[in-house]
Amino acid sequence: MEETIIKTAQPVIDSKIPEGPIAEKWTNYKAHQKLVNPANKRRLDIIVVGTGLAGASAAATLGEMGFNVLNFCIQDSPRRAHSIAAQGGINAAKNYQNDGDSVYRLFYDTVKGGDYRAREANVYRLAEVSNNIIDQCVAQGVPFAREYGGLLANRSFGGAQVSRTFYAKGQTGQQLLLGAYSSLNRQIHAGKVKSYNRYEMHDVVIVDGRARGIIAKNLVTGKLERFAAHAVVIATGGYGNTYFLSTNAMGCNCSAAMACYRKGAMFANPAYVQIHPTCIPVHGDKQSKLTLMSESLRNDGRIWVPKDIEDAKRLQAGEIKGSDIPEEKRDYYLERRYPAFGNLVPRDVASRAAKERCDKGFGVNNTGLAVFLDFSEAINRLGIDVIRQRYGNLFDMYEEITDVNPGELANEINGEKYYNPMMIFPAIHYTMGGIWVDYELQTSVKGLFAIGECNFSDHGANRLGASALMQGLADGYFVLPYTIQNYLSDQITVPHFSTDLPEFDEAEKRVQANLDNLMSIGGKRSVDSIHKELGHIMWEYVGMGRTKEGLETALAKLKELRHEFETNLFIPGTQEGMNVELDKAFRLRDFITMGELIAHDALNRNESCGGHFREEYQTEEGEAKRDDDNYFYVACWKYNGDDETAPTLIKEPLHYEAIKVQTRNYKN
Amino acid sequence: MEKNISFKLKVWRQAGPKEKGQFVTYDVNDIPTDTSFLEMLDIVNEQLIEKGEEPIVFDHDCREGICGMCSLYVNGHPHGPATGATTCQLYMRRFHDGETITVEPWRSAAFPVIKDLMVNRNAFDQIQQAGGYVSFNTGGAQDANAIPISKVAADEAMDSASCIGCGACVAACKNGSAMLFVSAKVSQFALLPQGRAEAKKRVKAMLSKMDELGFGNCTNTGACAAECPKNIKLSNISRLNREFVCAKCSD
Repeated sequence: MEETIIKTAQPVIDSKIPEGPIAEKWTNYKAHQKLVNPANKRRLDIIVVGTGLAGASAAATLGEMGFNVLNFCIQDSPRRAHSIAAQGGINAAKNYQNDGDSVYRLFYDTVKGGDYRAREANVYRLAEVSNNIIDQCVAQGVPFAREYGGLLANRSFGGAQVSRTFYAKGQTGQQLLLGAYSSLNRQIHAGKVKSYNRYEMHDVVIVDGRARGIIAKNLVTGKLERFAAHAVVIATGGYGNTYFLSTNAMGCNCSAAMACYRKGAMFANPAYVQIHPTCIPVHGDKQSKLTLMSESLRNDGRIWVPKDIEDAKRLQAGEIKGSDIPEEKRDYYLERRYPAFGNLVPRDVASRAAKERCDKGFGVNNTGLAVFLDFSEAINRLGIDVIRQRYGNLFDMYEEITDVNPGELANEINGEKYYNPMMIFPAIHYTMGGIWVDYELQTSVKGLFAIGECNFSDHGANRLGASALMQGLADGYFVLPYTIQNYLSDQITVPHFSTDLPEFDEAEKRVQANLDNLMSIGGKRSVDSIHKELGHIMWEYVGMGRTKEGLETALAKLKELRHEFETNLFIPGTQEGMNVELDKAFRLRDFITMGELIAHDALNRNESCGGHFREEYQTEEGEAKRDDDNYFYVACWKYNGDDETAPTLIKEPLHYEAIKVQTRNYKN
Repeated sequence: MEKNISFKLKVWRQAGPKEKGQFVTYDVNDIPTDTSFLEMLDIVNEQLIEKGEEPIVFDHDCREGICGMCSLYVNGHPHGPATGATTCQLYMRRFHDGETITVEPWRSAAFPVIKDLMVNRNAFDQIQQAGGYVSFNTGGAQDANAIPISKVAADEAMDSASCIGCGACVAACKNGSAMLFVSAKVSQFALLPQGRAEAKKRVKAMLSKMDELGFGNCTNTGACAAECPKNIKLSNISRLNREFVCAKCSD
């Protein structure tokens, strides 16, 4: 009887969570893990793909430790990675404000914010090392905001009732990335890291079941090159650009992750996509990307739509402006629905609430797809100077794009001053899903590691604000440099690899065949035109509100789109030298595979949780309804081919020891 | 309010680093004024691809003015006519119907053209590698609040640290000097206690690397600061000079 059960059971996934109570797991791990001695580190090569917060911090730290690091980025400099665009801040459990914060509370808020779909042990470790990150960055000379007394300043972010977010104006990501970049530069100067700019990873090379190198394209010469190492780390960010329009940079792509997926690394929870509530609304069909307005604005900004549908109609027709509507006729719907957290509810909740109002016809711009973010109350309370000091650069950014200055006095009604509100709408921003990794951040392929946004591990079904920077740096500075040694410790006798091995020949041949194929299609359509169509399908059917029927439609449409791509794509030029269109086409093929993967996962998950909202599964009040009995697991997908075959689902059950799983409540 | 404009776009086209480049003029019609400058180039490129031609190559990434990837010399100004903004933050409402818009790459000996409007700014990385860091290994940092830093110093360091490394200062300078870029990093660390220990070594190393890479000297014209999309102040260069003289004197 027992034997039968074992045979029919799913393959067991070993997430390698250490023994012991939650607060001791990481300490225990470090106490018992294997290390590599300094003389042996010199003999080991590590490839790190990506130079964002996770990639740059990992490459720098591994270099400092004595490993030989090869570091790749697609941009012209490591400093350009998209981490640089993060605005608001980074969380840490310092409790400098004496408001009751602790490692446990940061851990708890992150698990709750993730709608109880994250792996407990990973999140606790994240909260635990959060304080080291702030210390580390200050030591590097990162100019965090300070109080007049000279100590570090904090602000609040969504999903928390404490002020634990450290920031550097509205440019926190920039300053943290430049900090990591400076450490990286020091190692490049010391000869421990070799930096390859304008190189794109096309495939990972597996030798005897272990990741041993990559095939990368030199984007300037157009030539393929081979690189070998004892381990490969990918830190290549998320897959938000599957939706075409997102807050991601234009070059952000999921091709490195897809290469790993095709080579056997499982992809976890792809359906968990974060839609950020405060972005500048779409203005036309020529738009190339969406601009985020930092979540920090919700500290002082109040989100509203008109109470009366008639006012909304007049706004949509352009007959009146937001500042013409007096206080009593405004519906501050987040404050109304969620009194305890108000405008600072987590992103998924705020985004859905905006969609709900706009679906009911209360949208405030010509497309009916926007809500107001208003600073009148804060300006009247604190004065424009204080508000400008806090958000001046964001106001300027908003004005440059929309021609409207949110700090400008626009109207006075009954002695009450009204300032121009911003218009905002949700947009794709971050992806919680990613390459599946165990506690050591190793993927299901030996010797292949994934860190930062490109892994799945810490945010569950929804990420809290200011936690992405925390996770990227935690993985790169404090987790991977330890855990990778546990893998490398038995590799010390393995000599440097030759890139002449047949496995490299084979991989390069396949990459070249893919490029030749793209060039030879000879159809009529540009890459962008097909990518836009992909974006429309994804936003319409796999976006904020998903249904079984819609997801099935999406899968059918994606199949047609793949056919269109494979038969009607046109790329001008040749493979000699730089060919931007060819590089974009290479990425688009992977975005289509990614789109299908997201749809498969969303269709499988018959519940609503965090960033994944299935309209069939909601409470009477329109809140997400989880199904812990059936879906309390990480959905891991195994690749079975690009075309007809759907990926195989393998489940990693979640086990919570420290936290009681309950329904999220931001109301009281 | 939104309207459409038409204009001539005079663009530098160059097939490769060693090829000879030339200006090519395109007629561009019906561009909505709420389109960004780079979205306008996207539209032109779509039209070129439709005709089977190669699109105009230019560097760009975040499109929100922070990554420093976009460049372009538009109508004689790095990042175009707007002040305090990068090319990606420039909108077509700044241009007029019927005008000719001239677009060139950064022109500097230290930034060779790769293709069309894209240049190689690797020299900037090399200057940073020479000393743009605090020598501090991961782990073992003391508590972040152990050393109080005055808000004034922290804010000023932040202003200097806002440099995005785009290269507009070099492109704007008649000498092709990178002084504003170097001074921004030197200032950030000079203003903070964490950076003081290596201040002398840093300023000498970064400046000597700058000279070595073929950047010109500073003659205080101030064009760099006037064109900087992040408003990095000229006073950073004064601080750099002070730091350099002090470092040299103590040799």
